[in-house]
Amino acid sequence: MSVLEIKHLDKTYSDGTRALSDVSLDVGAGEILGIVGGSGCGKTTLLRLVAGLDLPSEGFISVGGERISGPHPAVGIVFQEPRLLPWLTVADNVGFGLHHLPVAERINRIANALERVGLASYGKRWPRELSGGQQQRVAIARAFVARPKVLLLDEPFSALDAFTRASLHEHLLLLWEQDKPTIVMVTHDVEESVTLSDRVVVMKPHPGRVFETISVTLERPRDHLTAPFEKVKRRIHATLDRSMRPENTPQAPRKSDSGALWW
Amino acid sequence: MSVHINTGTEAAQTVPTTVRASRWPDPRVLAGVGLPIVIALLWELAVRVGLSDGRLMPPPSKIYAAMAALAVSGELQVHIAATLARVGAGFAFGAIAGTLTGAIAGGSETIRRVIDPSLQALRAVPSIAWVPLFILWLGIFETSKIALIAIGVFFPVYLGVASAIIGIDRKLLEVGRIFRLSRFQTARRILLPAVLPVWLTALRAGLGLGFMFVVAAEIMGASEGLGYLLVDGQQMGRPDQIVGAIIAFALLGKLADTLLVLLTRPLLVWQDTARAQL
Ligand SMILES: Nc1ncnc2c1ncn2[C@@H]1O[C@H](COP(=O)(O)OP(=O)(O)OP(=O)(O)O)[C@@H](O)[C@H]1O
Ligand SMILES: [Mg+2]
Repeated sequence: MSVLEIKHLDKTYSDGTRALSDVSLDVGAGEILGIVGGSGCGKTTLLRLVAGLDLPSEGFISVGGERISGPHPAVGIVFQEPRLLPWLTVADNVGFGLHHLPVAERINRIANALERVGLASYGKRWPRELSGGQQQRVAIARAFVARPKVLLLDEPFSALDAFTRASLHEHLLLLWEQDKPTIVMVTHDVEESVTLSDRVVVMKPHPGRVFETISVTLERPRDHLTAPFEKVKRRIHATLDRSMRPENTPQAPRKSDSGALWW
Repeated sequence: MSVHINTGTEAAQTVPTTVRASRWPDPRVLAGVGLPIVIALLWELAVRVGLSDGRLMPPPSKIYAAMAALAVSGELQVHIAATLARVGAGFAFGAIAGTLTGAIAGGSETIRRVIDPSLQALRAVPSIAWVPLFILWLGIFETSKIALIAIGVFFPVYLGVASAIIGIDRKLLEVGRIFRLSRFQTARRILLPAVLPVWLTALRAGLGLGFMFVVAAEIMGASEGLGYLLVDGQQMGRPDQIVGAIIAFALLGKLADTLLVLLTRPLLVWQDTARAQL
């Protein structure tokens, strides 16, 4: 049963840029969908449409059967930057979207989320006192505590080093295990997409559209050093290469005779 | 039950407190405070030993004596109260008007485009130039003085608030949209705290200008106030009274500024002030 339905989505910006063309996706409950693709192929645009921050030119998006026409309570998003409010403590930042809840419930959820991202003792600190990776964890906790059915992540770890990123993957999965929301995660790191996703969508630019979808059927937790992991990774890399090749050259030029000489 | 990788070290840390450089004040700070004192003492000495008669520039002891006499008779308090009342009223009017106008101009591009050119043109007028007009309109008494001070306070506050609202981080506003805040909630939970630091800085600038303008207002005609002491000292040939009034202005201005900073400090604890000031 799909929780997130995207049908024939088109987005043309007011300056005429065609960012998305006929994008259709179905994402199931609890599924983690990875999205990779060259720069400018509309990944951010797609997430912003699903989050209701922008409106599509054509097509529609529905979450749990409800059509998206603006920010929706069942949809959360983590941006590329933490976007914490500097005048709120870490705990208040996490609870920013929980003002409608009774205080006790709010405190409970905040404490639980902070614990899961490994920042249990950081609640009273100011965001400026945290490292970049810690701030991003707070941002993830802030999105999770609202218990969204669909959580969108737009390259949330791209500014971080590989080691921090690996630990954040664990924190993310730990939070995910709690309510099993549907996750759509944009990344430019193929390894990251294989580590986390059930399916990886490769997008193609000019205009942005879905090029190919690759299933990842590995058991979690996933070991990066195994052969099946490597195989999926290589397959996605190859698909990415093809997606960035111009339309009318089905064969890569370097596989021609001159290329053979090179090898 | 910790499954995560790196909680151990992080949990052990405590909040870093603001580090005072050392127990001893910086010698340069001491020197900075000491310089005017040393100069005053040297001047006192020069007059005492007869190097100067101290007629045009009275020695500290004479200035002190003059002010002490005024204080004993209760006159000084009356003058200070009059000046403070004017600054206070002018500051209140100017700050409220500046904040409201700035908020409106910052919030609506249409309104800003309509009113900002006129306000910028008015700002270019040296404020003292308003004095004759205000006296014609509002008479020579308190109203014209307070209006002049309010004008001085208005512009920095207006500019500060408007530019702070224009410059607000749109990315933070999007966080508010994601959590579906109403317009009012967005204003209270995001706009207001984001604008607060700039607003307070603008208020400080406005207060400073308020003290500048109260001098102008009182020099142009008043029967009490520190500015009146200046004029009176000139007419009576009393440099000690003039310098005393100047020092009183400096102290009052500094005191008011410090008070404003202290009162608003709790609002800004989240800022990295310690690091910013060092
Ligand atoms: N607000 C906008 N107005 C006009 N064009 C835009 C706007 N935002 C994005 N675009 C254009 O739409 C296309 C897709 O942009 P988008 O940011 O979605 O790409 P992306 O896949 O997220 O790229 P990256 O990997 O670099 O983040 C680009 O050509 C971009 O220039
Ligand atoms: Mg992007």
